[in-house]
Amino acid sequence: MEYQAKELFAKHGVPGTPGIVANTPAEAREAAEKLGVCVVKAQVKAGGRGKAGGVKLAKTPDEAEQHAQAILGMEIKGLTVNRVLIAPAASIEEEYYFSFLLDRANRQYLCIASVEGGVEIEEVAKTNPDAVKQIAIDPGTGVDEAKARAIVAEAAFPEALTDQAVQTVLALWKVFVEEDATLVEVNPLARLAGDRLEALDGKVSLDENAEFRHAEHADFEDKAAADPLEAKAKEKGLNYVKLDGAVGIIGNGAGLVMSTLDVVAYAGEKHGGVKPANFLDIGGGASAQVMADGLDVILNDEQVKSVFVNVFGGITSCDAVANGIVGALDILGDEATKPLVVRLDGNNVEEGRRILQEKNHPLVTLVETMDGAADKAAELANA
Amino acid sequence: MSIYLNKDSKVIVQGITGGEGTKHTALMLKSGTNVVGGVNARKAGTTVTHTAADGSSVELPVFGSVEEAMKETGADVSVAFVPPAFTKDACLEAIDAGIGLLVVITEGVPVQDTAEVWSYLQGSSNHGGTRMIGPNCPGIITPGEALAGITPATISGSGPVGLVSKSGTLTYQMMFELRDFGFSTAIGIGGDPIVGTTHIDALAAFEADPDTRAIVMIGEIGGDAEERAAAYIKDHVTKPVVGYVAGFTAPEGKTMGHAGAIVSGSSGTAQAKKEALEAVGVKVGKTPSETAQLMREILQGL
Repeated sequence: MEYQAKELFAKHGVPGTPGIVANTPAEAREAAEKLGVCVVKAQVKAGGRGKAGGVKLAKTPDEAEQHAQAILGMEIKGLTVNRVLIAPAASIEEEYYFSFLLDRANRQYLCIASVEGGVEIEEVAKTNPDAVKQIAIDPGTGVDEAKARAIVAEAAFPEALTDQAVQTVLALWKVFVEEDATLVEVNPLARLAGDRLEALDGKVSLDENAEFRHAEHADFEDKAAADPLEAKAKEKGLNYVKLDGAVGIIGNGAGLVMSTLDVVAYAGEKHGGVKPANFLDIGGGASAQVMADGLDVILNDEQVKSVFVNVFGGITSCDAVANGIVGALDILGDEATKPLVVRLDGNNVEEGRRILQEKNHPLVTLVETMDGAADKAAELANA
Repeated sequence: MSIYLNKDSKVIVQGITGGEGTKHTALMLKSGTNVVGGVNARKAGTTVTHTAADGSSVELPVFGSVEEAMKETGADVSVAFVPPAFTKDACLEAIDAGIGLLVVITEGVPVQDTAEVWSYLQGSSNHGGTRMIGPNCPGIITPGEALAGITPATISGSGPVGLVSKSGTLTYQMMFELRDFGFSTAIGIGGDPIVGTTHIDALAAFEADPDTRAIVMIGEIGGDAEERAAAYIKDHVTKPVVGYVAGFTAPEGKTMGHAGAIVSGSSGTAQAKKEALEAVGVKVGKTPSETAQLMREILQGL
């Protein structure tokens, strides 16, 4: 969110005023009393906040309180606003755009800079493509002062701002590298009265894979806005994404699970349009406990009517998975109430199937193929 | 024939003494792969005991560096099972030593680390012309000859199909579906935003491999590797290609398991990838089974 991006900007010396975070209208008033004329800005991880009415100018503390009252609790792109940022109003003369990002296609980094900022850069790229400069950055050499000067020259920022712009680019590069970001964006980077350059709004995307060297990044997570099932899954170390359908999905391997969702949606076309309820990858292990944790999360999803367990035993053997399912059902006992369709293939599949057949649990249906099992699970969810 | 890996490959394991390294060294040996040693600087000079494919006991030497391991054993392939925090250094070490093929299994490597490794691979320091596969991948298997990675060697034997996939379990699923035909080589290139070997690299190698008669290409949401592969197929690939793309139902902005599997705005969607492939004449299956069936029909007509 903006206020978090600004915390990182401040940490690495990017010029700007972080502002004050308020969780209540009273806190907004208090902040406005300190800052004077200010802007009340909704804090959600989404663009288009201004258009949605989530950004308002307040000339007095009274107005700040009223705006905060209106904005807190508002929904922007499906996200509830739980806090606002009170930022001092600035007299903006020009607005620019600047970002560093990961360039997947070329396996390097990219700097995008434009003297036309304050609007979405994709729009500028359509209306005035010449104003959008793209500068490749070699991850091996990065951005030193000479490179920063080259970037500033290419971007064609006004000469009066050159030195400030170079320092800002170097500070933003520090944010990108030292925080392990995949995106550092400033929009607008503003020229204020008196030729001051400031980052007025920003966005930083952090690489989750780098969390092991940034313990402090955990604080950025918005627990209040997270889906409760996703939060529960995360606590248990499960790789889970909540969706809106009725067929709960458990599988192993990200690709196979994504494929399972698609196959269920495809099968659902014949069964009243039922759709997958979630993504859940239990990985290679698939012990009884992991299976139980996964089932526990999925069975607590009120939208779920049936569950499809789709496992291809690669290194994992299917008998271990079958024992996991049986063990999970034992652990859950009466809490397991929804039908389970299970498809096992691969390593030691005969033994896995035998274990499930022997157990003959009333909720479990064993189907041989992935497409057949998806069809059965969709049918049960539509019953 | 095959691509990148064959019966003459001599394999070392970086992280051979760790849990995953130990488990998969055993499985690689069991599949008949010529594993000749491993690397762990802190355990240099020791050996690890394993069982060879013929049931006999083998003592594998542990070396202090990739360079030393290559000098002593003539190894030309390294498989890295090192934790994410040490993966970058392990890769740089292997590249400096000039290893021919570096297979990075590790999941969870920070993308800036991989970006630096990739930059290093492009530079003049890459004397040996190292090819990297991964990270976050199951590796590569040439059935009946060698395995460098974690793909189960028991799923399928050798045959005319070349397979390249971003996903491990979908690789296994597809090998299982087409096990009656078999595979020349199957490569899992990995699900990270930046990987060493791409769909295009594998397509080019399969095109040049006389024993590969048809190719299955498996993609997933995120990035535009599949779209670029489609353009490559149009101009350079004469062998039949069948495609599969996972993630049609993935919501925008959510990472689906693999770090690289994310639809951003309107880019990286499964639909766009499918359309790009179909536009160049690649048949794309709706499910893995349907994809296998499309390949089956092609193979029966060859």
